[in-house]
Amino acid sequence: MADTLAGAVPEAPDSLPEFPMPREARCPFDPPPALKDLQEKTPLTKVRLWDGSEPWLVTRYADQRAVLGDPGVSADTDSPGYPTKASPEGGEGKLSFIMMDDPEHARLRRMVTAPFAVKKVEALRPAVQRIVDDLIDGMLSRPGPVDLVEEFALPIPSLVICELLGVPYDDHALFQENTKTMVRTTATPEQRGAATREMAGYLAGQIAKRLADPKDDLLSSIAGRVTAGEIDHQQATEMALLLLIAGHETTANMIALGTLALLQNPDQLALLRDSDDPKFVAGAVEELLRYLHITHLGRRRAVTEDMEIAGQVIKAGEGVIMANEIANRDPEVFPDPDRLDLTRDARRHVAFGFGVHQCLGQPLARMELQVVYGTLYKRVPTLKLACALEDVRFKNDAFIYGVHELPVSW
Amino acid sequence: MKVELEADKCVASGQCVLAAMDVFDQDDDGIAILLEEQVGEDRLDDVKEAVAVCPAAAIRLVEQ
Ligand code: SF4
Repeated sequence: MADTLAGAVPEAPDSLPEFPMPREARCPFDPPPALKDLQEKTPLTKVRLWDGSEPWLVTRYADQRAVLGDPGVSADTDSPGYPTKASPEGGEGKLSFIMMDDPEHARLRRMVTAPFAVKKVEALRPAVQRIVDDLIDGMLSRPGPVDLVEEFALPIPSLVICELLGVPYDDHALFQENTKTMVRTTATPEQRGAATREMAGYLAGQIAKRLADPKDDLLSSIAGRVTAGEIDHQQATEMALLLLIAGHETTANMIALGTLALLQNPDQLALLRDSDDPKFVAGAVEELLRYLHITHLGRRRAVTEDMEIAGQVIKAGEGVIMANEIANRDPEVFPDPDRLDLTRDARRHVAFGFGVHQCLGQPLARMELQVVYGTLYKRVPTLKLACALEDVRFKNDAFIYGVHELPVSW
Repeated sequence: MKVELEADKCVASGQCVLAAMDVFDQDDDGIAILLEEQVGEDRLDDVKEAVAVCPAAAIRLVEQ
């Protein structure tokens, strides 16, 4: 990593904005005001990161999509100029194909795309509905208040991805705790490394079991690739780790943060509660994805071939950050962007990224969120926040934005 | 209008299927397949949406 830093452009002025920027406490759902100011002023600017490196920040929707769709950028964290989020990113080793470039990226990614196809995901909808209903029954059987994160938001994606992968949910304490550490920016590299090793060790064990005795699950199909000699055990473990982590924190944060945003916008919440139209619910999910931008540290790439962005030539070896949270609030694409409006057409948002690395699990995430948002407020119409908004702890200290807890009552 | 799909670019995001279900489907690995090559006015908006949301620029609409 230190080599990467030495490659940064040295003579930039001291006044470079630091990235990421702090949010306004009053508007926990909005991007940092300083970031929005930058978008208004300029399509492209340099920023300073935690390690002193100075990559470019791309502020506008069209440019961000253009860069993310360009084959001249690399997602490999070892590429010269790659703007890292923390050191060492991902702890031990690479988080499989999301940190690789084509053709290896495409080769590995295609090994696990099958269960995420739209129709296969649709077939899981009744099972997800059952999980959601059961969790709501459990919540309602108690007097409350309860922590919606612990009792509802986290168990849903956790149960679903465990089922899909074939990981026993009984072990959830182990991987939920470790996942939390892995995505916490304030964890030390040692802590992140230890958490990653424990998770990898656990999953390597699961894969070994499937090698000996295959079942009908995604881990077995990954193990099958090892048997066929297409990948080794280590690569299989990294792949399983990626899917397990990505399946947890993202959807869980969308559920909890989305619920909080809706509670703060009762007119919008009422629309969801009163609608029986699956199309409306699906549209509402897209708008919440656009509005909440839980991936708040930007998509990052290293430029590998000189390219022009917004009229400026960016050299090979320089880093670029696409702050998707402001792309999703670009007034050129989404009029009155800071308003949560469940009736708008928000499908073109970049909450799942763009380009060849766009989120693989998005059909699954969408379906889970449609079931949740289409069920929770109907079944618990009196749902309310059980603490002051000021007392909610937001995840400014994690790679994925959200809330640490969400006390609710009804 | 004619729809063109470059399947080797496809990253199996499923976005085209969500945008235009009667024009696109996915194979067993999630890779997009074209159900209809010719689209009329009625489905043009959906296919345009598919072109816009496809993250891999794998879909094109060509005037004939
Ligand atoms: S939207 Fe593009 S990348 Fe996604 S499945 Fe369709 S063709 Fe493939």
